[in-house]
Amino acid sequence: MASTELEARDILINMGPQHPATHGVFRMVLWVDGEQIVAVEPHIGYLHRGSEKLCEGELYPQIITLFDRLDYISNFSNELAFCTAVEKLMEIEVPERAEYIRVLLCELNRVASHLLFYGTFGLDLGAMTPIMYGFRERERIQRLFESVSGARMMHNYFRIGGLKQDLPTGFKKNLSDLLSLLEKGLEECDRLLTHNEVLLVRTRNVGVISRDEAIGYGLTGPPLRATGLPYDLRAVEPYSVYDQFDFDIPTGSVGDSWDRYAIRVEEMRQSIRIIRQAADRLPDGPVMAAGVRRLPRPPKGESYSRVESPRGEFGVYLVSNGDTKPYRVKVRAPSFANLQALKRLLRGVYVADAVVILGSLDIVLGEVDR
Amino acid sequence: MATPPKDEPSTEGAGLDSRGKSLLDLLRSCQPALPGELSSILDEVVCTVPSRDLVDLARFLRDDPQLGFDFLRCLSVVDYEEFLQVVYHLWSMEHRFKLVLKTNTQEEDASVPSVTGIWPAADWFEREGHDLFGVDFEGHPDMKPLLLWEGFPGYPGRRSYKLPEYKEY
Repeated sequence: MASTELEARDILINMGPQHPATHGVFRMVLWVDGEQIVAVEPHIGYLHRGSEKLCEGELYPQIITLFDRLDYISNFSNELAFCTAVEKLMEIEVPERAEYIRVLLCELNRVASHLLFYGTFGLDLGAMTPIMYGFRERERIQRLFESVSGARMMHNYFRIGGLKQDLPTGFKKNLSDLLSLLEKGLEECDRLLTHNEVLLVRTRNVGVISRDEAIGYGLTGPPLRATGLPYDLRAVEPYSVYDQFDFDIPTGSVGDSWDRYAIRVEEMRQSIRIIRQAADRLPDGPVMAAGVRRLPRPPKGESYSRVESPRGEFGVYLVSNGDTKPYRVKVRAPSFANLQALKRLLRGVYVADAVVILGSLDIVLGEVDR
Repeated sequence: MATPPKDEPSTEGAGLDSRGKSLLDLLRSCQPALPGELSSILDEVVCTVPSRDLVDLARFLRDDPQLGFDFLRCLSVVDYEEFLQVVYHLWSMEHRFKLVLKTNTQEEDASVPSVTGIWPAADWFEREGHDLFGVDFEGHPDMKPLLLWEGFPGYPGRRSYKLPEYKEY
């Protein structure tokens, strides 16, 4: 019997573009040595629609609908980012009531987005129940959104200078009913998964990234705050009326997948805190700035506006040449920058953890590819 | 709107907040060693630099303890038809300064040195700029198509690129 020498070599695994754990059309090629990942090559662009180029051919009010379709889980934050970019350039003062409603809706949207993450993160780990709980709560928020804007997801509700229309009658009661249900449901979700032993074993110390590396890779949102840095644009560089609210910024200590998960759960509580304050202090008045033309024509110039979307820093760089259509619109998508770090995060981990780490980044391919 | 069109960005820094003003003063004080022209647009301090000095300036901005621009928020390419402009939005985590860095390059054989060695975050942003605008970021470790497929004809981000017309059959 001839002795055969075992040959050690890397095996190439293709994951995606159609894979339930990639949350969209995303493909990664993994080089594995046994169970361990040696290198990873992410492939994006399957959902590239040329949104930035399309913006150059549309009138300003029409672009809001294009922004709805970037990060399709948190539409209000996108709309806010674009509207503030134009308002900054045109020096429009948005009425206070409109700002309060914007904040209220953006925070509700953050809760809805994090609930979706909560459910799908459970699925990534093989737990079926969380998505039932998460979607039950999210559905209630979607229903409220529908009563406000007429659409469950693609709202097209914010306008340059304010809002499309005022809140519907009965909104206050619907909101307070929703919030009490949401608070209860959130505690149920928390009890179900957060300290579950399987979750802890699968996520603790998995996908750790240090603070300096996170800053270098341009991570924002929960992945950056998981490293212990309280970098949240709502507090660091307040926009809209965020400086008028009391809220905490949850941070992690290790920078692992569990921290990223736990931060999002805590952020939902903080968002509800902001929503309650905004609803209590909601001022009366108009929801649209006076004197804004239906077809805005911003002066020649440029502006960069940023908002803290559920995924991180969502920035819009707008260049105008004084026309009714923008000259250039560049979107700084948080998922795009967060996904870059995957190369670093997956090096040396087990194949089974790749799905968990990708899930903990909470990407939306709509804004990655644009 | 009553606001007159602004043809030139003011050099006075009228729209800057106190942090922006102190950054402008700080940058002015190290001006001889610092290549590039300083100005301001709305609430941002802008530094326009020739592309040959870009990497040195970027390293200085990141490593100087008084500035500490360790975070690249956004890298955009803008096609002004006569030239291409690469715009870097920087942020200093420690001092909460923000700065816009701009460098120009010509349309033909557009090329700008890569800053991936200074901010790793530039990696995909530069690949995207190469895909859509045809800017060659010299020194980038892996300049492959990112959003488009290999062999895509033309640079679809540029103003001269015509979107295909819809055809009715």
